[in-house]
Amino acid sequence: MSYFSHFFGSLLSTLRDVLPIAIILFGFQLVILRKRIPNLRQILIGFVFVLLGLAFFLEGLEQALFPLGKLMAEQLTAPDFLGTTGGGDGDWAHYLWVYVFAFAIGFSTTIAEPSLIAVAIKANQVSGGAIGTWGLRIAVAIGVAVGISLGAYRIVTGTPLHYYIIVGYILVVIQTVFCPKTIIALAYDSGGVTTSTVTVPLVAALGLGLANNIPGRNPLLDGFGLIAFASLFPIMSVMGYAQLSEWRARRNKRSRADNERN
Amino acid sequence: MLESVRDLLPIIAVIAFFQLLILRQPIPDFGGLVIGTILVILGLTLFIHGLKVGLFPIGESMAHDFARKGSLLWLLAFAFALGFGTTVAEPALIAVADEAAKVAATGGMIEKSEAAMQSYADGLRLTVALSVGLAIVIGVLRIIKGWPIQYLIIGGYIGVVIMTFFAPPEIIGIAYDSGGVTTSTITVPLVTALGVGLASSIQGRNPLTDGFGLIAFASLTPMIFVMGYGMIL
Repeated sequence: MSYFSHFFGSLLSTLRDVLPIAIILFGFQLVILRKRIPNLRQILIGFVFVLLGLAFFLEGLEQALFPLGKLMAEQLTAPDFLGTTGGGDGDWAHYLWVYVFAFAIGFSTTIAEPSLIAVAIKANQVSGGAIGTWGLRIAVAIGVAVGISLGAYRIVTGTPLHYYIIVGYILVVIQTVFCPKTIIALAYDSGGVTTSTVTVPLVAALGLGLANNIPGRNPLLDGFGLIAFASLFPIMSVMGYAQLSEWRARRNKRSRADNERN
Repeated sequence: MLESVRDLLPIIAVIAFFQLLILRQPIPDFGGLVIGTILVILGLTLFIHGLKVGLFPIGESMAHDFARKGSLLWLLAFAFALGFGTTVAEPALIAVADEAAKVAATGGMIEKSEAAMQSYADGLRLTVALSVGLAIVIGVLRIIKGWPIQYLIIGGYIGVVIMTFFAPPEIIGIAYDSGGVTTSTITVPLVTALGVGLASSIQGRNPLTDGFGLIAFASLTPMIFVMGYGMIL
C-alpha cells in the first residue's frame, strides 16, 4: 500500500513539472497560432507516456539506485575505507578508488540520461545518420567521466574551481577553431544535457561525501563544482570525437585514392 | 524495452563491481533494488516512446507554425515563456537554490534567519529562470539571423570569466553548477525540437549547424546571472 502512495507522490510531482510546459504549449497554440494541432490525439497520448514514463523512472531511481549510489559514495569516502582515520595527510593518491568510482559513475549515469538520448535521436535524424546515436552518447559519457574524476581530484586537493574552468574554456575555444563547423552547436549543447535526472543526485552525493570527509574541506564551499566539470568536458570530448571521425574519413579517402593509383 | 535494458546495464555493472569487489558490503534490500531497476527500465521505455510520438512532433509543428506566421515578437515571447516556465519550477534548481541560501548565510552575506534564506533562494530561482528565458530568446534570434554560434558562446565565456573575478568566492561554485542543473528532462527534447524545427523551416538554415545550440545558451547565462545576483546582494 505504501508503494502505491509513494508512486502516486512521484506521479503528482511529475505532473507538476509537466503542467506549466503543457499550459505554455497549448496556450500559445490556441491563443496565438489559432490552429488545430495535427494528430492531437497522438500527441496527448505521447504526453501521457512521457508523464507515466518519467514517474516510473524517478520512482525506480529513488527506490533503488539513488540510495545505493549515495551509500556507496559515502562508503568510498569514509575515513575508514580511505585509511585516513585520525587526520590523514591529504595526499591525493590515497583516493584512487574514488577517482575510479567517479569515472565509472559519470560514464554509466550519462549513458542512461534520458535527455541525452533525446538529443542523440534528434542529431541522428538531422544529420541523416552521419552522427550515430551511440557514438555521440559514448563521446559525451567519456567527457562526463573524465570531468567528474577531475572534479573529484579538485575537491581532494582543494585547488580553486575557477582555474580549471577557465583553462577548460580556453581549450574549448581552441578546439572550436579546428573542429568541423557542423558539430559545434551540437557539441556546445551536449554540455547542458548531460547533467539532469540521473547524474545530478549521485554526483552531488559524491561531492558532498568527499568534502565532508577530507580534512580541511568545507562541504558548503568545496562540495560544489562537480556538475560544472560534467557540463564542460563533454563539449571537448564531442568536438574531439568529430575531429577524430573527420580525420579517419580523410585518411580512408586518401588510402583509397592511393589504391586506385596503384 | 531491450534498448532501455542496454542503457541501464552500465550502471548496474558499476554498482555490482564496486559493491561486491571493492567495498565488499552486502547489498541492503536486494528485492527493492530489483523492483526499482524494473521500474526504471519501464519508465525509460515509456518516456522515449512518448518523446517520439508527443514531445518531438508538437515542438516541431509549433516551430513550423511560428515560422509560417512570421511574427517575430510572438515567437520570442513563446521562447521566453518556454525557458522561464520550465525552469522556475525545476526541482533540481529548487534544491540548488536552497543550498545556495545556506552558503550565503554561512558566509555572512545574508541574515541567518529562515525568512532571509527563503527570500534569497526565491530570488535566485527567479534570476536563473529569467536568465534561461533570455537564453532561449537569444538562441532563437541566432537561428533566425543565422549568426555563428561560436562567437556568442565565446563572448559568454568571457563574460563568465570576468564575473568570476568580481563575484564573492562563496557563490562561484554554485554559479558554475547552476548552468548544468537548469535543463530538465522535459525541457531538453522540447527545446531541441523547437530549434531543429525552426532551422528546417527557415530558408538557408541547416538544422544541424543552426538548429542545435539552444541548450548551450540555457546553460551559459545562468552562470553569469547567478554571479551577478551574488554581487548585488
